[in-house]
Amino acid sequence: MGRRPGPRAAIDAGGLVVVMKVKVDSEKCQGHNRCYAMAPGMFKVDELGYATPRGDGTLTPDKMALAQKAVDNCPERAIEIVDE
Amino acid sequence: MPEVKDWTTDYDIFDPSYKKDPFPIWDEIRGQCPVAHSERWGGSFMPTRYEDLFNIARDITNFSSRNVLVTDFEAPPEGAVYEEPTQEDLAQYNVGAPPITSDPPVHTWARKLLLPPFSVTSVSKYEQETRELCAELVDGFIKNGHADGAADYAQQIPSRVIASMLGIPKEKAGEFTEWVRGFLELGLTDPVLRQESAINIFKYLNEQIQEHKANPGHDDLITYLLNAEVDGEPVPEGHVLGTCFLILVAGIDTTWSSIGSAIWHLAQHPEDRARLINEPELIDSAVEELLRAYSPVTMARYVANDTEYAGCPMSEGSKVLMNFPAANRDPSVFENPDKVILDREKNPHIAFGVGIHRCAGSNLARMEMKVSIQEWLKRIPEYHLENPDAVTWAGGQVRGPRLMPVAW
Ligand code: HEM
Ligand code: SF4
Repeated sequence: MGRRPGPRAAIDAGGLVVVMKVKVDSEKCQGHNRCYAMAPGMFKVDELGYATPRGDGTLTPDKMALAQKAVDNCPERAIEIVDE
Repeated sequence: MPEVKDWTTDYDIFDPSYKKDPFPIWDEIRGQCPVAHSERWGGSFMPTRYEDLFNIARDITNFSSRNVLVTDFEAPPEGAVYEEPTQEDLAQYNVGAPPITSDPPVHTWARKLLLPPFSVTSVSKYEQETRELCAELVDGFIKNGHADGAADYAQQIPSRVIASMLGIPKEKAGEFTEWVRGFLELGLTDPVLRQESAINIFKYLNEQIQEHKANPGHDDLITYLLNAEVDGEPVPEGHVLGTCFLILVAGIDTTWSSIGSAIWHLAQHPEDRARLINEPELIDSAVEELLRAYSPVTMARYVANDTEYAGCPMSEGSKVLMNFPAANRDPSVFENPDKVILDREKNPHIAFGVGIHRCAGSNLARMEMKVSIQEWLKRIPEYHLENPDAVTWAGGQVRGPRLMPVAW
């Protein structure tokens, strides 16, 4: 506990440093809790079941596959991986 | 009912072949005319593609939830003998079943009221007692070497868990299972039984609500609803009654059907049983996969305006059957849809619906499925269907096995 998140960037194919983030569209989320169960630690859910990323949603490279799994299993298509 | 010759223009969701094995029928419809139509049982449209269910469920302007039952009746059939409900009864119990039968704005607060007691954290409080219940049920028949996986096991679980949550005596569980079946299963094709069953449920719940009012301070759902406030006002008692009715009706047949289908699948797939025993961490994704492959619930929508969907004109007042189970077998979304893959990577199933009416009880249903599968396999790792042809299926609104002799 108390560990800072690891490196905050991924290198894209062109060698540029990009920061990948996971986002939840709160208009679309209906609280299925699939992301919460699929990607432990990546999301938090409120009392009504609505999800938001933990922290600012930055994805370390080792978390990319897990985030993609959350995207693939959300029935509301509410989760996105974006680069900033 | 005459035999169905063309499933795209004349389907019958109560046809025995449809109840038993709807999967090839959905494939046929999906391939030919993705939104089927039938005049039977009051007439309805039936989408079968994932994309169509997704779109229609989310278009609450054109597709209202004011009527979510899959069949409609006019007056009771002639010659029906039953006790007419009194006008007072009807007025008193004409409270709907919010939030499932409501559209926004009522839906919004009615749902918000109901979500906290069904959150992951809240339902985890009932996990231990569900485990004990499942263990006790299995212990009751394990020495016999055979049992009915549906009637002796699956059917016994959700009614007791719900009773415990609502704060009503568990001894009544058998009785309200019968009422719920009378309303949601057998009553779908028998208006008299449906009416009687609804009145029984309302009467009983109303008594319980009065009792909870007289004895406040319990930690249960009825007390929670009675004490809840919306915008500083207490929730009207009629609303509490309607919501309790919904919880009972929505929480019993559905979950028991899912548990039953899971036990049925595992009876025939030793490789999946072995995986669940050797890789217990698979249980969560296995539950989702079983929910996808054997989704129990078909809802309905009321067409609120003359509209057109996918080239199909629909007039106001028509019914649309929300065939979530067929969507979950759509090959354009699910690779190899007819195969149960316990660790399926991509599984955005909509067994609990999609959009604003997403099942409020989904966390509870998942917990009950997980625990009931685990506790069964822990004690009965090897078993089989005693006679596959003896299995009977309910269908229409809620699909699942009703009699399922298994042996070990
Ligand atoms: C495997 C079991 C279950 C399945 C497959 C299931 C399925 C569904 C579906 C498909 C809907 C959406 C209805 C629509 O779009 O019109 C729904 C709504 C609902 N379900 Fe479930 N359900 C299950 C268990 C439960 C349980 C255990 C409860 C509560 C005790 C429950 C309570 C509700 C409620 C309150 C709604 C209405 C939500 C709303 O309208 O906002 N369900 N369910
Ligand atoms: S899976 Fe999708 S709908 Fe469900 S809580 Fe996560 S973001 Fe929301």
